[in-house]
Amino acid sequence: MSMIQIENVSKWYGDFQVLTDCSTHVTEGEVVVVCGPSGSGKSTLIRCVNGLEAIQQGRIVVNGTALADPTTNLSKLRAHVGMVFQNFELFPHMSVTDNLTIAQIKVLGRSTAEALARGLAMLDRVGLKAQASKFPGALSGGQQQRVAIARALAMDPICMLFDEPTSALDPEMVNEVLDVMVELATEGMTMMCVTHEMGFARKVADRVIFMDHGRIVEDASKDDFFGTPRAERAQLFLSKILQH
Amino acid sequence: MEEFDWTSIPGALPILADGMLITLEITATAILIGILWGTVLALARLSGNRPLAWLAAAYVNLFRAVPLVMVILWFYLIVPTLLQRWFGVSQSSDIRMISALVAFALFESAYYAEIIRAGVQSVPKGQVDAAFALGMPYHLTMRLVVLPQAFRNMVPLLLTQAIILFQDTSLVYVIGLADFFGAAYKVGDRDGRLVELLLFAGAVYFILCFGASLLVWQLQKKYST
Repeated sequence: MSMIQIENVSKWYGDFQVLTDCSTHVTEGEVVVVCGPSGSGKSTLIRCVNGLEAIQQGRIVVNGTALADPTTNLSKLRAHVGMVFQNFELFPHMSVTDNLTIAQIKVLGRSTAEALARGLAMLDRVGLKAQASKFPGALSGGQQQRVAIARALAMDPICMLFDEPTSALDPEMVNEVLDVMVELATEGMTMMCVTHEMGFARKVADRVIFMDHGRIVEDASKDDFFGTPRAERAQLFLSKILQH
Repeated sequence: MEEFDWTSIPGALPILADGMLITLEITATAILIGILWGTVLALARLSGNRPLAWLAAAYVNLFRAVPLVMVILWFYLIVPTLLQRWFGVSQSSDIRMISALVAFALFESAYYAEIIRAGVQSVPKGQVDAAFALGMPYHLTMRLVVLPQAFRNMVPLLLTQAIILFQDTSLVYVIGLADFFGAAYKVGDRDGRLVELLLFAGAVYFILCFGASLLVWQLQKKYST
């Protein structure tokens, strides 16, 4: 069954069309990597999946719930869709522990003890149990992003969205975040990842989507994509990005 | 010019203290209600709701475009009549205090609203996205994520506004309320020592406000790093 269904989605910022007739899907347990040059609309597309951006045409269905349906409670849906951002977006006025537990308590209605246990378990999973009482500002970028992943996982999401999770990181910190993501992928988490990390795509992606100028120009299995991408634009992009 | 005579000040201290109490009471009430009502106005202005945003903007612009003295007088003339009509309360000196409190609270809210609006806008948009993505509805996002960060950024501005407010309370003399300034004026007038009393009152205002300003300055240094 499709966890995420994107059907003929178009979006405009005023007169400027950022997404044109995008259709794809992510099935349960699948890892889909979305890549493309900057300004191609890939971040916008993933932000549309949990309704952070509105669409003007088309339909997005997550776990059987249509986002545009007036009876849909967007907050409720988002609570079960984990999202990780380029700039981490931990809450700077809260300790790591509070970052991990606040939404569990206030949104899911878990008890403090339950939320703490779940949050610390996830923190342990990303290898940062010792940092529980620190504030985000005292952590490195890589550590902050791992906490952000733990925060999303603590909500027991049905799928995870990653919006360029390593783009803001210093090179030496990229791998610690990718390792966590690879582990998640191999454990069967449904993932949609906007990233330039082709090594990550090669390792764990089931499918790769290539976007250019707001269109999905390639949507292929990993082997097909890295073997013989059909779109010329995708070939060019790959040759540039795989040089180093 | 005859020499200064400060002898009437020690005896007047209880009256001046009572006056200071009124000054502080008005200041505290205006800060408290101003921040609460100001937050509501700021959120209304920032909400996507057009009519609501327009009403809040109209309120803020109205109060920021008229002199405080006039607002105090208006409320002094209007509030007692309304209270009499609605609640049958008789006109007394207590009503002067109530009308002053209402005037200051409503007037200050307009200024606080603008400070709070700027503070809310100073919180990066990504923080709102992150809160939304965790399933927080708008009110939780504001209460738990945006406003705490906004108020932290706003502390120096809020305190500066409070200092201005503390000085502005002296304007209640127009409705004959004996705040600190009013009390000093009355004593000076009674004893024929107006210059001394007003110099003394000025010194007290200066010490309190300048001290508070130094504190704000310290805070600013601390928060800007």
